[in-house]
Amino acid sequence: MPLLSTTDKQAMTHYARWTSYWQAAPLAAVLLLFFVLPLVVTFIVSFWSYTGYSIEPDFIFDNYRDAFDRCIVALPDLCTTFRTYLSTLRFCLAVWLLTLVIGFIIAYYLTFEIRTTTIRLVLALVCTIPFWTSNVIRMISWVPLLGRNGLVNQALVGAAIIDQPLDWLLYSNFSVLLAFVHLNTVFMIVPIANSMSRIDRSLVEAARDAGATGWQILLHIIIPLSKTGIAIGSIFVITVVMGDFITIGIMGGQQIASAGKVIQTQIGALQFPIAAANAVVLLAVVLMIIATLIRYIDIRKEL
Amino acid sequence: MRKRDDATNLSRRQILKGGAALAGAAAGTAITGFPAVIAAEPVTLRYLSTATNQSPAIAEKAAKDLGIKIEYVTVTTDDVTKRIITQPNSFDLVDTEYFSLRNLIPSGNLMGMDAKKIKLIDKLAPAITKGEIGGKKIGLQGTAPNKVMYLEGQNSKKFAASPTEWITLIPTTYNADTLGIRPDLIGRPIESWAELLNPQFKGKASILNIPSIGIMDAAMVIEASGKHKYADKGNMTKDEIDLTIATLIEAKKAGQFRAFWTDFNESVNLMASGETVIQSMWSPAVTAVRLKNIQCKFQPLKEGYRAWASGFGLPRTLKGKKLDAAYEFVNWFLSGWAGAYLNRQGYYSAVLDTAKENMEAYEWAYWMEGKPAEKDIKGPDGGLLEKAGAVRDGGSYNERMGSVACWNSIMDENAYMVRKWNEFIAA
Repeated sequence: MPLLSTTDKQAMTHYARWTSYWQAAPLAAVLLLFFVLPLVVTFIVSFWSYTGYSIEPDFIFDNYRDAFDRCIVALPDLCTTFRTYLSTLRFCLAVWLLTLVIGFIIAYYLTFEIRTTTIRLVLALVCTIPFWTSNVIRMISWVPLLGRNGLVNQALVGAAIIDQPLDWLLYSNFSVLLAFVHLNTVFMIVPIANSMSRIDRSLVEAARDAGATGWQILLHIIIPLSKTGIAIGSIFVITVVMGDFITIGIMGGQQIASAGKVIQTQIGALQFPIAAANAVVLLAVVLMIIATLIRYIDIRKEL
Repeated sequence: MRKRDDATNLSRRQILKGGAALAGAAAGTAITGFPAVIAAEPVTLRYLSTATNQSPAIAEKAAKDLGIKIEYVTVTTDDVTKRIITQPNSFDLVDTEYFSLRNLIPSGNLMGMDAKKIKLIDKLAPAITKGEIGGKKIGLQGTAPNKVMYLEGQNSKKFAASPTEWITLIPTTYNADTLGIRPDLIGRPIESWAELLNPQFKGKASILNIPSIGIMDAAMVIEASGKHKYADKGNMTKDEIDLTIATLIEAKKAGQFRAFWTDFNESVNLMASGETVIQSMWSPAVTAVRLKNIQCKFQPLKEGYRAWASGFGLPRTLKGKKLDAAYEFVNWFLSGWAGAYLNRQGYYSAVLDTAKENMEAYEWAYWMEGKPAEKDIKGPDGGLLEKAGAVRDGGSYNERMGSVACWNSIMDENAYMVRKWNEFIAA
């Protein structure tokens, strides 16, 4: 006689199937309540109409039309929205490249050059020190350094390298980029270092035994095997930069537009539906970028 | 067993303790004879406003005088409006600007305040209630407080043209704003709003990035430069908004602005660090720069001032003990101590007579009469503000408030204006 009858087996698989659903339920509920629901509400509200003091259920496309006001007729000149996104995308690309290069080098150093685990751990912690204080304070601390009468300018003028203080050090694209890289590099370091630490050292040794040069090892072994980390880090950096308005606001002297700032101004003026429409547009743009990224690297497969 | 004993002991002790406390409380009441209001749990009022209107000293004094606990809810100008509209039950008393009333009253979330319950209602400054000083009309472009002060009924959503007994906001503070400058870095007299866009200050000017206020400063500049004369700076047509924003964009592209600011501290930092030498500014920010021993002037200009006023409003749902306490607190606020405190910060108080009684004669002469300070002028916290002999920028109350050109406002075309303002920031 078999140990379990067929019906018993069926009951068990049935039971097991439901168990996994129950196990996933708490997280699903949290995501549904705090992520999916607000997103759906935002999407719905983006079609509503509004006055200065109320929003009315409606189904109009005015908010989207306003968001892309004169974007087609003005071509080849760029409308506000296109210009805003172009500027944000440009920052995004620059920050992504810089954090990727810097983050990769630091991660490589931590994983392959440091021999003892203790020192590796200590150095990894050192990378997180800037995160011990708030985001805003980390940014504001650049101001006395880079200002017209700041330390850098004083030093340069004092050393007679320049005779006029440099204005572009602060409230410029440069300062925004600097702050972004400063704030976001660690998001690259951690996932890349994580991927690298799982690379089998014998692969590297085998390659070296077979006569590969350092560059060949890097290009054909380390980079391909760090792809997951690079992709995860990139998603972090890109989503943070695309949605940012505080860093661009403080470091750009509020003179540089960002999609987030536009939304914030509209919310401040109680124009929730048009702010929601802009949020949906921003979300769509970010999702497109991430979709492109995932086409090249299958994160699930390599995790 | 032992555990059980302990438990009984404990409870017996607790009963004894409780009894003693009860007896003590009874004795206390009997001996001191405190009025029931104070002996009872003190009423807490959640006071919603921006940081500018809040001061721990006022809350402390109110707690001492009235037994009412003030719990400050601090948010930004825009968020005060947002809270009133979206979370009208999250506060018991709000101190908000008159200009936002055009959005607040139609929402139906504030009640008309009963004029009969305000003791000093007849003493409120005519600059606010009637828009005049010494019988002479002042500039009333924009949302001047007298236009939105009264309602047709307690729950009406319509402003009354003439005074009624239902009041939207009881004034707390108001002031006349102008440009702040660094006289040490400019080195010549500044007399007109037009100077903000003078190429001489290229890369050293700033304007505030709160659309409804920034647009007014911009309008003052454009009118001063002779480029356009507005029918009402506080209620522009779409064409006028286009023109104003186009002028700002042109200046921005030419590199006129060093930065924009939204928050008080940013304006202080820009000015104190020398990043800017001329910019939109608020009075206490000028004081803050000066307290760092850096020269800064709240420069009176020939075209006049952009004024603002703020006042107490009550949420419609407020009732019972809290409602009584709110009226009590408003009456106390008008009774002088708080007014004197605000006057010493460089604001103006709603009831001038009672504030005067709470200030030294030399203080009143400096702050309100525009006379040279007889003695050193101290801030509300006791810190030195001005040395003896100094004169207040812009002079007396009558000179400053008398030269008001326009008030902060919400325009009919507000949505369009905000969109154009975003274009300016993105340009």
